[in-house]
Amino acid sequence: MSDHESTFRRAVSTLRRDPLAVIGVVVLVVLVVVGVLGPWLAPYGTNDVDVDNMLAHPSAAHPFGTDELGRDVFSRVIVAARVSLEVAVVSVGLALAVGVLIGLVAGYYRGWADNLLMRCMDVLFAFPVLLLAVAIVAVLGPGLLTAMVAIGVVYAPIFARVTRASVLSVREQVFVRAAVSIGTSDARIMRRHVLPNIAAPLIVQTSLSLAFAILSEAALSFLGLGVQPPAPSWGRMLYDGRGFVTDAWWLGVFPGAAIFVTVLAFNLVGDALRDVLDPRQLTLSEARRSTR
Amino acid sequence: MSDPVLSLEDLTVTFGTRRGPARAVAGVSWSVARGETLALVGESGSGKSMSVLAATGLAPRSAQVSGKVRLHGEDLLADTEAGRRRRRGRHIGFVFQDPMTSLNPVLPIGRQVGEASEEHLGLTRRQARDRAVELLDLVGIPSARERVDSFPHQFSGGMRQRVVIAMALACDPDLLVADEPTTALDVTTQAQIVELVARLQDRLGTAVVWITHDLGVVAGIADRVGVMYGGRIVEQARVDDLFADPSHPYTQALLAARPDPAHAGGELPAISGSPPSPLELPQGCAFWPRCPVRGDARCEHELPPLREVGGGHVVRTFYRSETIGRSA
Amino acid sequence: MGRFVVRRLVQSAVVLLGVTLVVFLLLQLVPGDPVRIALGTRYDQGTYDALRARSGLDRPLVVQYLSYVGHAATGDLGVSFRTGQPVTTIVLERLPATLSLALTAIVLALLVAFPLGILSAVRSGSALDHAARVFSQLGVSVPDFWMGIMGILLFSGVLAWLPPSGYESLRESPAGWASHVILPAATVGLVSASILTRFIRSSVLEVLSEDFVRTADAKGLRPRVVVLRHVLRNALIPVVTVVAVQLASLLGGVIVVEVLFAWPGIGRLTYDSVQARDYPVLQGAVLLVAALFLFVNLLVDILYARLDPRISVR
Repeated sequence: MSDHESTFRRAVSTLRRDPLAVIGVVVLVVLVVVGVLGPWLAPYGTNDVDVDNMLAHPSAAHPFGTDELGRDVFSRVIVAARVSLEVAVVSVGLALAVGVLIGLVAGYYRGWADNLLMRCMDVLFAFPVLLLAVAIVAVLGPGLLTAMVAIGVVYAPIFARVTRASVLSVREQVFVRAAVSIGTSDARIMRRHVLPNIAAPLIVQTSLSLAFAILSEAALSFLGLGVQPPAPSWGRMLYDGRGFVTDAWWLGVFPGAAIFVTVLAFNLVGDALRDVLDPRQLTLSEARRSTR
Repeated sequence: MSDPVLSLEDLTVTFGTRRGPARAVAGVSWSVARGETLALVGESGSGKSMSVLAATGLAPRSAQVSGKVRLHGEDLLADTEAGRRRRRGRHIGFVFQDPMTSLNPVLPIGRQVGEASEEHLGLTRRQARDRAVELLDLVGIPSARERVDSFPHQFSGGMRQRVVIAMALACDPDLLVADEPTTALDVTTQAQIVELVARLQDRLGTAVVWITHDLGVVAGIADRVGVMYGGRIVEQARVDDLFADPSHPYTQALLAARPDPAHAGGELPAISGSPPSPLELPQGCAFWPRCPVRGDARCEHELPPLREVGGGHVVRTFYRSETIGRSA
Repeated sequence: MGRFVVRRLVQSAVVLLGVTLVVFLLLQLVPGDPVRIALGTRYDQGTYDALRARSGLDRPLVVQYLSYVGHAATGDLGVSFRTGQPVTTIVLERLPATLSLALTAIVLALLVAFPLGILSAVRSGSALDHAARVFSQLGVSVPDFWMGIMGILLFSGVLAWLPPSGYESLRESPAGWASHVILPAATVGLVSASILTRFIRSSVLEVLSEDFVRTADAKGLRPRVVVLRHVLRNALIPVVTVVAVQLASLLGGVIVVEVLFAWPGIGRLTYDSVQARDYPVLQGAVLLVAALFLFVNLLVDILYARLDPRISVR
């Protein structure tokens, strides 16, 4: 069945025509390259302390200046890209896996399972995103791994909801009922009929969640709960530099700009995808889970 | 015929689309007088709705409208947008197709019925409300005084359409425009609404333009009929003349396509093919590709002008026939 | 309508119970002994024993949970591991500061989002519309703490118009409060404004294409009347819920901004308690915010039902 094939093709051709989407994709590609090649692209080591050069203005030698320990900001920003992307991808992947599973079971089987699972999701939804993430990281101990787990847990409910809603509409369709009537096993139905047809809203949600995951990770790092020093992280760089910002503006501008550009790219791509794949899924759900 | 309430002269409506200009209405002219009902008949896309919408200033912003539209003698299209709006609101009432969505769900019906009279007749809220009760009563809403503050969802489809009619009559308009008002209703309710409008017309002397694709309705209520195809009028006549002597192949085909109990068991005659796209209108008659008659070869490449057949009956075709068209 | 309210109340109560469970479990998740972690390396046995006893950490889980909920219902959320003060007092003390920040932020956001969203929809496709959409796209992507830092740089650093951080109580000094609240509120408000603009715009656009708007036009009503009486009354119903949800989530989401601007609210409290490993306070703050969030959502749903006549009649 080429329904999802043509959806994919449609998505690609639309993305190609929309200038904003193209920008987003280009930025993302650059980001991934930087993330992967980071340490090799950085001119200096991320922890090369240079006491003679503390808080130096941006210059040819240090395009983004240096921080309060004389470390090259440019190098640190580049290497931090990898960490941010890593956390975002892993945590959203976790949220996706868990959320989709829950949503599938809830939407397909309905009944008490649906009730129970969705009430649990409601409970998670009752917490503002960042607050819960902070709490989880706080009790488990700060660090890269716990940050990923925390963000994953906090983002799972939205995937569960999106999945469930899609499953609910798909299961009513003729081809699913036909499969049920000829005795196809549940697992097979879910795999072959349901999953491919709920891919579209999930793709959209994934790209939007990636954007917010980057923000969440940055916020956690800013609060000292994410990536721990000496590993560089955009959020952490902002936290460390905030006291010096009035004298050394580059400490505030560049790491934050990196976060901004990354999130913007994911959002642009996500919006373009949404316009193509699922124009219905609009801003109400976005608004509900938006403040991080 | 007394002075027409509304008359269209050579109205043309074009839209600019990504694939080029689309001409929805081309050179349409008709008029309607007090107490008279003009029916505009045609398939979807024939331009029947758009001609009226554009004439009254309700076409989408992207539409280019040319020609003259005289409301009580004064050209509406030459007026400012505000002027058009005021005259439209004061003198023309509209009844649209879907009663389920034509009413604002969060306002009481009394308010919606009375609004226009507040705006155009200067009535106070109070007065408008009283007038609303009168109008609701007039259109047959039971217990009007009690229900004037109810909301649309508390009424059935047929009742809602009556409310819409009451709303259209708020300023005692000289013209009522009904755009397929019964299409979304079941057959029994359809008949009731048609009868209601006929009764109101008798009582109030309103002119009515009734847009429809249903010839049964036309037979029931129209005084004169305009048949439209591909954005043009292809035939116009008094209703009896049209049914007795349809002169355009399209009209003939429409009449023949009605299910006839006398021919039960046979195949339903339909018009094969589909209407032309407004992006690619031919030079000649737009109906030619589907025309079962093709009596005059000139029709294919040359646009036939409107020809008088007799007694206010005009037709847009080169084809003349004495023999066919007596069926019905 | 009554049945709807009751149903929602029950639902909220159930979720609230779930919330208390999650909050309770937070403490259980701490690897190791939470009291010892909180007290740090130097502590005296007496304090340790007292705190340990007070927290009842040796009892079976279910008993602990029931006790927790029972106490919470009467307003007792335990005591701080660090200061020994009742958590409830500490948390409630900080609430007004966060509330004043959140409310100011929402007001600022609405002042921007309403006109921008409505005009953007009514004049769809115009330059204003494009600008508004760019604005909201950017605003949603900006990290609020970065925005805050930029704000501090500009207004405190370069222009020196505003203080970079700190707080003055509204009651003591309105002017002082205003000068301190403006940067953090604007920072938080900007993101809200972007989201709200988007939502208002799409809601208005959707309503504009409805049939009854065509009816209103056909009746010859003035454009302003059509928009105000017909369009907005429909378009703003869902917006109300979004605004309320925004406000509620702001209550918890301002952690970062409060830390950046040294604003003594619940967010800052959360951060401080995390740094100090003061778990009861952390629990209390999280519980309060989640409960508030639930409460606001409940109110919103009820309000929505009242605003939309189609729902109330059940």
